Amino acid sequence: MPRNFPILLAVALISLLASPRPAAAAEPRVVEITAKRFEFSPSVITLRKGEAVTLRLHSLDVTHGFFQRALGLDLEIEAGKVTEVTLTPQEQGRYVTICDHFCGSGHGNMKMTIVVE
Amino acid sequence: MRQPDLDRRMFLRMAGLSLGAGALYRVAPAWAAEGPAADVAARQRQENGEAVTPFTFVQLSDTHVGFAGPPNPTGTAAFERAVERVNRLAARPELVLFTGDLTHESEAPGEHAARMKRFREIASRLAAPKLHMVPGEHDAGLDGGALFRSAFGETHYSFDHRGVHFVALDNVSRSKPEVGPEQLAWLRADLARFPPTAPIVVFTHRPLFDLKPEWEWFTRDGDAVMAVLAPFENVTVLYGHIHREDLHTGPHATHYAARSLIFAFPDPAQAADKKPIPFDKDRPFRNLGLRVAEAGNPASGRTVRCEEVELSMREYSGTEGFAQLLRPSSL
Repeated sequence: MPRNFPILLAVALISLLASPRPAAAAEPRVVEITAKRFEFSPSVITLRKGEAVTLRLHSLDVTHGFFQRALGLDLEIEAGKVTEVTLTPQEQGRYVTICDHFCGSGHGNMKMTIVVE
Repeated sequence: MRQPDLDRRMFLRMAGLSLGAGALYRVAPAWAAEGPAADVAARQRQENGEAVTPFTFVQLSDTHVGFAGPPNPTGTAAFERAVERVNRLAARPELVLFTGDLTHESEAPGEHAARMKRFREIASRLAAPKLHMVPGEHDAGLDGGALFRSAFGETHYSFDHRGVHFVALDNVSRSKPEVGPEQLAWLRADLARFPPTAPIVVFTHRPLFDLKPEWEWFTRDGDAVMAVLAPFENVTVLYGHIHREDLHTGPHATHYAARSLIFAFPDPAQAADKKPIPFDKDRPFRNLGLRVAEAGNPASGRTVRCEEVELSMREYSGTEGFAQLLRPSSL
C-alpha cells in the first residue's frame, strides 16, 4: 500500500461528497393512486411530456385493473399489495385510464384521466 | 354446366349477383337444378358438410334480470315484452341467441342464482326450439363463470344449424375483456374442419374490435380472434354489451350489436360520458329491442341479414314508432 494512500482516500471521499448528485435529479417523481370500488383517487393526474414518473397503485378492496393502451399501462392492482410502474409519456394529451378487471356493478364507469402536458 | 376453375371467392360473388332479389337459399330447388348455381350448392354441401337452408333466428341481449334503478324502473318488462314479440313473429325463429348480461350481478347470498332462475323462467316462454347463451361480465365477471356454468352450461362452445356454424365465445369470464389463449386455441381447432366458404356466426358479449376502449367497449385480444377467423369469407359477429345497435364492417367480418332490454347507452361519438339514456315513462321501451336475423339470404354478399325490431314501435311510440317500423334494416 502506498504511504500516502489514506490521504488519497480522504481526498477521493471529499471529492465525492462535494460533487453534484445527479442521482437525485434522475429519481422519477412518485404519484400515489388509490383504487376502490368504483373510483380511482385522484381522478385526474398531470404528468409532463418526457418526464419519468412512477405510479404507485393501491387497492382498498378487491382486484382492479389499470389499462391505458396508448401509454402502455396494463396492470392488475391487487388488494394488500403495492403495484408500481414507471413511465415516460412521449405525447401530450388526455388519456382515459380504465379499470378493466370486473369489480362489480359500477365497474363500467371506473376510470381516471392522465393528462400529459 | 360446371365451372371447375371457379375460385371460392368468385363463386360467392356470382351467387350473390345471380340472386338479385336475394333468394338464393329460399328457392334452392330451382337454382340448384342446373348451371353455375348448381355447382355452388354442390360444392357447399361437399365442403361445408351441409348446404345452407333458410331459417330465421333472434338475438336478445343485456336483459340484466335483477337490475333496479332510475334508468329502468320496470325491471323485466322489456324482456318479457320481447319474448311476447318474438312469439308473434310471422317467421318462427329456430334459434334464440342471448349475447350476455342475462342477469345483473348481486353479492347477496343466493340472490344472483335467483336472478338466473328468474331469467330462465322468462326465457322458457320463448316459442323457439333452441336457446343458446353466452355470459356477460355481469353474469360471470365476479366468479369466473361458475354460477353461469351451473345454470346454463359451458361459456364457450359451437354447434351447426342448417349449414351455418355457430360459435359462442366468452370474453368476460377471465374478469378482463379478453378471450384468452386457451379459448383461442380451442377456436382454431374448432374451425379447422371448415373450408373458407363456411358460413360462420360468432356470438359473444363484448365487441371484438376497438369500438370505444375508454368505455370498455373492446376485447383485449379481439384482433387475435379475428386473425383466426380471417381465412373465412363469410363471418358474422353478433354481440351486445354496448346497449345500442351498431354495425361495423371489418376486413373479415360484419359485426352487429343488439339493443339492450334494460336501458340504452348514448352514441359514444356524441356523448362525453357513458351514462344511460334517461328513462321516459311515456315511452318505456324506447331504444330497447331485439334483432331478427335471417340466414340463407346473401343479397348483401353475406349469409346473414339482420334487422332491428324496436319494442316500442306501434304500440308506444306513435309516429316515431311507425317510422321505425318502416325503416329498412341497419344494412
